[in-house]
Amino acid sequence: MAAAAAAAADEAERARGRRAALSFAAIAVVLGLPLWWRTTETYRAALPYADIDGLGQLPFQLAVPVAVVFAPGAVPGDLPKALPFRDVQEMEISVNLRTSITSRYEMIYRSTTAQEEAALHVATAQEADAALRPLQDASLGALTMYVVPETSSLLPQGISVYVGKHRGALVRAGGGLAALRTRLRQLTQVMSFTASSIAAALSDRVPDGQLGPDARRHLKSSLGYEITFSLLNPDPKSHVVDWDIEDAVSRYVQPVLDKLSLVANFSVDSQILYYAVLGVTPRFDKESSSFLLSAHSLPHVINPVEARLGSSAASLYPVLNFLLYVPERSHSPLYIQDKDGAPVSTNAFHSPRWGGIMVYNVEAPASPQASLPLHVDVDMVRVMEVFLAQLRLLFGLSREELPPEFLLESPGSEGLADWELDRLLWAHTVENIATVSTTLTSLAQLLDKIGNIVIKDDVASEVYQAVASAQSAMARLAKGHLHSAFQASKEAVTSSERAFFDPSLLHLLYFPDDQKFAIYIPLFLPMAVPILLSLAKIVRETRQRKKEPTKMD
Amino acid sequence: MAAAAAALLLLLAAAGPGRAVPGRARRDALREELLLSPLPNGDVAAAFQFRTRWDADLPRGAVSHYRLFPKALGRLVAALGVQELHLALTQGFWRTRTWGQPPLQAPAGAELWVWFQPTVTDVDKAWKELSNILSGIFCASLNFIDSTNTVTPTASFKPLGLANGTDHHLLRYAVLPREVVCTENLTPWKKLLPCGSKAGLAVLLKAERLFHSSYHSQAVHIRPICRDASCLAVSWELRQTLTVVFDTFSSGQGKKDWSLFKMFSRTLTDACPLASQSKVYVDISPKNKEKELLEVTPAPASVYEAIVQGEKRTYAVYDLLSPSLFNTSRSLNVQLKWKRPKNHLAQPATPVSSPLARYVSGYGLQTGEISTLIYNTHPYRAFPVILLETVPWYLRLYVHTLTIITKGKENKPSYIHYQPAQDRRRPHLLEMLIQLPANSVTKITIQFERALLKWTEYTPDPNHGFYVSSSVLSALVPSVIAMKAVDVEQSPLFTSLFPSSDGSSYFVRLYTEPLLVNLPTPDFSMPYNVICLTCTVVAVCYGSFYNLLTRTFHVEEPSRGGLAKRLANIIRKFRGVPPL
Repeated sequence: MAAAAAAAADEAERARGRRAALSFAAIAVVLGLPLWWRTTETYRAALPYADIDGLGQLPFQLAVPVAVVFAPGAVPGDLPKALPFRDVQEMEISVNLRTSITSRYEMIYRSTTAQEEAALHVATAQEADAALRPLQDASLGALTMYVVPETSSLLPQGISVYVGKHRGALVRAGGGLAALRTRLRQLTQVMSFTASSIAAALSDRVPDGQLGPDARRHLKSSLGYEITFSLLNPDPKSHVVDWDIEDAVSRYVQPVLDKLSLVANFSVDSQILYYAVLGVTPRFDKESSSFLLSAHSLPHVINPVEARLGSSAASLYPVLNFLLYVPERSHSPLYIQDKDGAPVSTNAFHSPRWGGIMVYNVEAPASPQASLPLHVDVDMVRVMEVFLAQLRLLFGLSREELPPEFLLESPGSEGLADWELDRLLWAHTVENIATVSTTLTSLAQLLDKIGNIVIKDDVASEVYQAVASAQSAMARLAKGHLHSAFQASKEAVTSSERAFFDPSLLHLLYFPDDQKFAIYIPLFLPMAVPILLSLAKIVRETRQRKKEPTKMD
Repeated sequence: MAAAAAALLLLLAAAGPGRAVPGRARRDALREELLLSPLPNGDVAAAFQFRTRWDADLPRGAVSHYRLFPKALGRLVAALGVQELHLALTQGFWRTRTWGQPPLQAPAGAELWVWFQPTVTDVDKAWKELSNILSGIFCASLNFIDSTNTVTPTASFKPLGLANGTDHHLLRYAVLPREVVCTENLTPWKKLLPCGSKAGLAVLLKAERLFHSSYHSQAVHIRPICRDASCLAVSWELRQTLTVVFDTFSSGQGKKDWSLFKMFSRTLTDACPLASQSKVYVDISPKNKEKELLEVTPAPASVYEAIVQGEKRTYAVYDLLSPSLFNTSRSLNVQLKWKRPKNHLAQPATPVSSPLARYVSGYGLQTGEISTLIYNTHPYRAFPVILLETVPWYLRLYVHTLTIITKGKENKPSYIHYQPAQDRRRPHLLEMLIQLPANSVTKITIQFERALLKWTEYTPDPNHGFYVSSSVLSALVPSVIAMKAVDVEQSPLFTSLFPSSDGSSYFVRLYTEPLLVNLPTPDFSMPYNVICLTCTVVAVCYGSFYNLLTRTFHVEEPSRGGLAKRLANIIRKFRGVPPL
């Protein structure tokens, strides 16, 4: 009896021990683990991963509103409907295997109004262009094309398409609707964007083989640019060189930049560097008794000069360098040779995404006894012509090869036609959105990969802001609102860069696992071992008890 | 016809290098200058000065076309609204005791002080940005300048150039005593010169010679100055100065003779073609009131006499722009020979007393005392000095222990500005205006307590000690000899950096040695030891508690017990005690 009572008490005691061990384990799991988890957790705000992924596909739709205006006597006979009517043409531009871009040309066909008719009754195409300008849709990206009768004397002989300074063009009718449509489509592409200009804007995503040689020449889209004109005078002992850069900038460069101010902020400055030499020694050519720089040595020219140019410590915008090099007396005259060995007529070359260099030879004095130093006044018109051409080239504004019946009006003193600005905006908007998507995707990947990074609320809000702006920019592109789309894409770039470069992302980055375990083990090991051992014991005993009754039977 | 040709020739001759070109007047000018002065102990100090003056309104941001003025600095001044900028990078310490008065002293390490324009709204932000950009330009660790080592002195640093107001809230001053100056700081400094190191005096600036010296200090000063005497318009001045001291005496086998080639391993061949003035000055003033004992070759074309820092001095002048200089030889190698035999040199030179000294005293790692000694060697004039002390927050100063004693009596400062430190936010700033009686020594002491830092705040080598930046002494020292007021544009550069108020006194700014203070340094494995110890204590408590609660207790059947119990019972039986 006493033995049975003792056994019962023993059993009760053992059950109590079990319960105590189980409650320890339960407290450790229910209270300890969450507490440890909460106190050591890095704060990571939620990010719109799905939206970022969606942006990565770049589902672009670019809509170009085009008004086709028929002058009396120019309406083709085979029109499908009576004027006015609408028509949408779509075209696919494939960038890579995953991405393709749809361009929609929203054409409105209508006949001229009385005012437009009057404006078309002038002698030359230039006058017509000027007179038509106030009658056009002035919003960015919207094009107006006037179809004039085949016999019209507005366009010169042999020219069937005239592109004006603004957003209008004159097209000679003839050849039925199908021929007119191909011509209009060609014209629209010239005045808005082509497959190659879009591919250049998305050059990071296009497979290497498909890009043209010029695609990587353009400057990356940025919120601002710094333009620096540098006069290099390696031989101040023999040449005292003066350039009236202030006047030249205000006269030739500023009008172009005023026009481009919609695209980015520009700042212009200039400097004179003495004793700055090129990195290569030019070859002496006996025949012409001049010095030659061959095309293959040009890549080595820039590096030693670049060290002297000075960094733009005060801003983060990319710098465009234009160097005017006055060769030293012992190396003049100096000419640049192209690949075929012929001298380059402008005596200048450009370097993609960097700037341009022009060699300016000083005329040898009439008498060799003339005392040194020679005083040289640089002919700024000649220099600025070259630099402006290089500037246009670097911004991707160079005019493409066109069929001979196309006539492009020269932009005149403004340096830039309105439709060229549109071209730039189309390309930059697409590039900005692609940049945002790249930035956000790599940020998302980085955050996904490294769990230690803290994501603060303000970083997250910047990411949300960037995604929202990029989406709205795309929506506006699809509606054909180029200006607002560009503004939204700029905001998206700003926010995404701010999120990506936020210093708070780096705070906890260096927290290696071995140190973590070194700190945890002294506490967690002695606490966890008894709990685990007693749990194991309980499990073993329960199993044995389950076996015992079967033994008894 | 002949007359016309002659006129043309004259015109051509006038249009020499760097001179105004007919047609458009140059708006900027460069002057370069090298001052060589033998020091009392036989060392030689070489002070280079390059001064670019630009008649343009720089800070509006409207000017963006640079010629001689470096674009990097110009843009900085324009972008951040800088009124005046003074940056000095120094390696070594100017030993006043053996070298005499410095031409332009700077504290060891990096020193930066900047006056901002009144239009700058957030001075602290501009200061932070400025120091970061400068650290990029000069490859120096100026980005370590933050609020813990920046002060705003009220009296010590006045604008050296034109200034409308002197509201000291626009001033920031910081010293990094730990900064090491080397080639990577010299290269960007040389790049700011219009001629680089290709021509002119700058060809002598070879890094391997310059840093093989006892003292090296390079500086950049930007300030607005009057364009002309009427001072209606402002010009901007950039002065780049570089001072080196070569110990030719010890490296030249005990001879005091030196030459340009021996010091720089180069000679001068031409002037910078852009410079409007390029001169070498050699200090040949007679020492110890004796007749001249030294001889310079080649013979100088002219001699310049001036009163510099209260002493009458004579300089031999070599004008690199004068065509006659390079007529006889192609290069200029200035040499100086001492005529007197050696035994004269053994005789000690007149002891030049050190005007300043500073040290830390006390023992243990808890408290200490900073003492500063200021000497006034002027025979009969007393004059006031301003002393600026900047002490990091981790030395907690006790201001009530501040004592100033001159000639055994307490000297009460006529002005005291004290800004206490805030832990981890700003340093102590103590400025005092002290009257120094003639021929006296003044001792200033203040006690401090060493603070404990957080373990992440220690430098990588904490047992090396912590630097306390030099204290600064600014004074208008009365001159023994009356000086004439001279035109700044005409006088040599080495006399014209500090504006002189009148002829009777001259301005000096002296720096003490930086101090090295040991702080209580913990064992850096301590945090981990603490973690381990606490965890062990917790684990032990937890373990026994756990054991107590989960152990099952059996009622033990009484048994006959083991061997020990039986033995005990046998012993108990013998003793007559009941068994266990």
